[in-house]
Amino acid sequence: MTPTTFLVGQLFNGLSVSSILLLMALGLAITFGLMGVINMAHGELMMLGSYTAYVLQNLFVRQFGEQNFGGYFLVALPMSFVVAGLMGLLLERALIRHLYGRPLETLLATWGVSLILQQAMRQVFGANNVDVRSPNWLTGRWQPSAGLEFPHLRLFIIVFTALAIAGMYALLFRTNIGLKIRAVTQNRDMSACLGVPTAKVDAYTFSLGSGLAGVAGCILSLMGSVGPTTGQNYIVDAFMVVVLGGVGKLAGAIAGSFGIGECNTLFESFSTATMGKVIVFTLVILFLQWKPSGLFPSKSRSLD
Amino acid sequence: MLTTERLNVYYGESHILRNVSINVPERTVVCLMGRNGAGKTTLLKSLMGLLPARAGRVTLSGQDITRWAPYERARRGMAYVPQGREIIAQLTVQENLILGLATRSARTREIPDRVFQLFPVLKTMLKRRGGDLSGGQQQQLAIARALLAEPKLLILDAPTEGIQPSIIDEIEDVIARIKEQRTMSVLLVEQYLEFAWRLADRYYIMDKGAIVAQGTTDELSQEVAQKHLAV
Amino acid sequence: MPGQKSWKEWLLLGAILLLLLFAAPATLSEFRLNLLGKFLALAILALGIDLIWGYTGMLSLGHGVFFGLGGYCMAMYLKLQVGTAGTYQTDLPDFMTWNGLTQLPWFWKPMYHFWAAMLCAILVPALCATLLGFLTFRSRVQGVYFAIITQALALVASLLLIGQQPYTGGTNGITDYRTLLGFDLADNAVQKGIYVATVVVLALCYLFCRWIVRSRLGKVLGAIRDAENRLRFLGYDPVGFKVFVFAVSAALAGLAGALFVPQVGIISPSNVGIVPSIEMVIWVAVGGRGTLSGAVLGTLLVNGAKSAFSEEFPAFWLYFLGSLFVGVVLLFPDGAVGLLRAARKLAARLRAPAAPEPELREAEQETLR
Repeated sequence: MTPTTFLVGQLFNGLSVSSILLLMALGLAITFGLMGVINMAHGELMMLGSYTAYVLQNLFVRQFGEQNFGGYFLVALPMSFVVAGLMGLLLERALIRHLYGRPLETLLATWGVSLILQQAMRQVFGANNVDVRSPNWLTGRWQPSAGLEFPHLRLFIIVFTALAIAGMYALLFRTNIGLKIRAVTQNRDMSACLGVPTAKVDAYTFSLGSGLAGVAGCILSLMGSVGPTTGQNYIVDAFMVVVLGGVGKLAGAIAGSFGIGECNTLFESFSTATMGKVIVFTLVILFLQWKPSGLFPSKSRSLD
Repeated sequence: MLTTERLNVYYGESHILRNVSINVPERTVVCLMGRNGAGKTTLLKSLMGLLPARAGRVTLSGQDITRWAPYERARRGMAYVPQGREIIAQLTVQENLILGLATRSARTREIPDRVFQLFPVLKTMLKRRGGDLSGGQQQQLAIARALLAEPKLLILDAPTEGIQPSIIDEIEDVIARIKEQRTMSVLLVEQYLEFAWRLADRYYIMDKGAIVAQGTTDELSQEVAQKHLAV
Repeated sequence: MPGQKSWKEWLLLGAILLLLLFAAPATLSEFRLNLLGKFLALAILALGIDLIWGYTGMLSLGHGVFFGLGGYCMAMYLKLQVGTAGTYQTDLPDFMTWNGLTQLPWFWKPMYHFWAAMLCAILVPALCATLLGFLTFRSRVQGVYFAIITQALALVASLLLIGQQPYTGGTNGITDYRTLLGFDLADNAVQKGIYVATVVVLALCYLFCRWIVRSRLGKVLGAIRDAENRLRFLGYDPVGFKVFVFAVSAALAGLAGALFVPQVGIISPSNVGIVPSIEMVIWVAVGGRGTLSGAVLGTLLVNGAKSAFSEEFPAFWLYFLGSLFVGVVLLFPDGAVGLLRAARKLAARLRAPAAPEPELREAEQETLR
């Protein structure tokens, strides 16, 4: 293996890990970054997406047999968005909207919801992990040269994440609903006085973030087995990304996930996955010493 | 057109507005005056629904809107320019203006030209961030944004506060033009007595949360002003 | 803030103490007494969390780490006491032997001595908290961000403990102890003795915390919780206070861990991670944050419920716990103590005649005119 292939391989791995992190953190960047809502059930919303994919997979296998079930994935992506989005809508209407401006309370309450969701999934699907198999066109790998291997799945994730980011930017900055979302999250009272139905916009925004979590879960289910508690493994990573990147800007989430993703890959190659996480965590704390508001702070006049 | 009947508003347990009853008739300019802390801003916020009323009523064109949310009131033709302008800082001037159109139609992104005739300086800074504008420019933006909604009632809280005199003149011109064209009512909170005298048809003076004097501006004598507004 | 406790309340506290010290060991079965002892040890931890969250307004989701540090220190001591009487008949703890270690790691060495272990159980968490607190509070990380960082700390700590199996026992933790200071841990009389020690330590910690919150320091902490920026403008530097409280709460957690371990018989990463750390917070919330008795009460209530549920309806425990989290935020933010207070107020109002409120308003208005 030449040095170039090693480097390219490393970069690709880092890119792949970063894109996965970003996909997970994207929904959180909306609910936490934009709205300031700490949703501890974010991991479980991801699991809802994963289980949706699982259910659809089984359905398609039964309908179309083992050879042709791959199409399920194209249905699973939008369905997981819808399922998780609806759960998010329910959460927002029933619980979150009573707690705006009280982030610590929201944290505790949504943790309770996550416990309930976990147990519910455990009762319906069982406590053991389930496997979601990739459709045929996502298995396999691309080998442009000796020593370089790019699995199709990881390529797909990178491309999909890039598209998702582009979509988010387009939605937030080029549409009227995006403008309203940004207005409400920045100055709720004034937006209300301008005729923006703030309650509705809140509900949309939270559902959007939740739906994105569902899609992330759907894609993640292809990467390994998932179970009721898998969501919890990802939530700390997702929050770290948003906190490091700087709350309030999408660019922050992007920067944060790349920062953590690349560092993780780098340290993993030198030691174990665990130590990698420990080092990254220490670095994040030290970095926050230097820049407490993250990589892309959103300047605000208020003191907190 | 807009009336309040015995409005009582509290901040926690502090009784801020006491049995406030005012009336803003159609196509009239009403000025609300009073010393600092009299409750003027609280009254305006209650009119917009930003603060809940513990007792009393607010009616708009005969309809009881006391329990209505702010955005519902905005949709019924009430526009608010608060103290401190409240420009949405991260949005551009253009985006702030588009928001002003939210009540008219949900889809449009085109800003009518008449707004730039009133405040030409805004056209030159469409892509600038709202938060980067100077105080005077922000005030113009806030008023333009409110006018875009074609409201029936324009509520202005201390529009000249902290603004340079040349822009105060421009703002006065705009309000004078509105008064002349009789397109809407204006409820204006002002500390500058001359400003009020020149523009307002009627006045209310507040003190310690209650209305202590009212009438047409002709009736507003030096005596009354001295009694309630001087320190 | 309620006023100084009257002699009636002191009497009540004294009565409870006597009950715990004498009535409980005499009447409860060994199993239940042991359970109560565990809960009381956890109550010390809850006092620490209440200090930092209820009184100072900083939500820490990583106190499992400090609890675990104290617990592991004590566990290391207990494990070393087993010595050659263990399965492999070496001087090393069994898990080290089967992991191929031949020498005792350096940080285990002090734990040969009980008092060293006790001291470490209190000081090591306090030092960690001081370091972490200094780093985070100095850069004005607070509120939500602080909570997230402590949660990440909990995750990292549990990962480290799991990953370094030769040194820490890995996922299995450290278990299989025999003696404490020469006493046989399996002996019921010894367990009773540990129980009594726990009660005494809890009472002392309670008094200590009470002393802190009633002092001027306590007032500063309240100011930090309610209006930290204003405190800064008044010239106080909140960082020192916050670090101090954080360290004290960590020390209490470590102490709780040290008392917990001999009664439970095992400490593992499952006591340290994200899930247990956030559960500790709910004890305080259910009891009533910002009140010391609430912290103790909540611990007993929630852990008691957990035992009861595990025996009868294990599947429903998580639903119940989840609902507790939601309920405590939406319905009863002041916890059980808050509900009791509200009930007392209601009773008082029902007993007394109607207060002359309307007249007061008129008089008010007169003075204004």
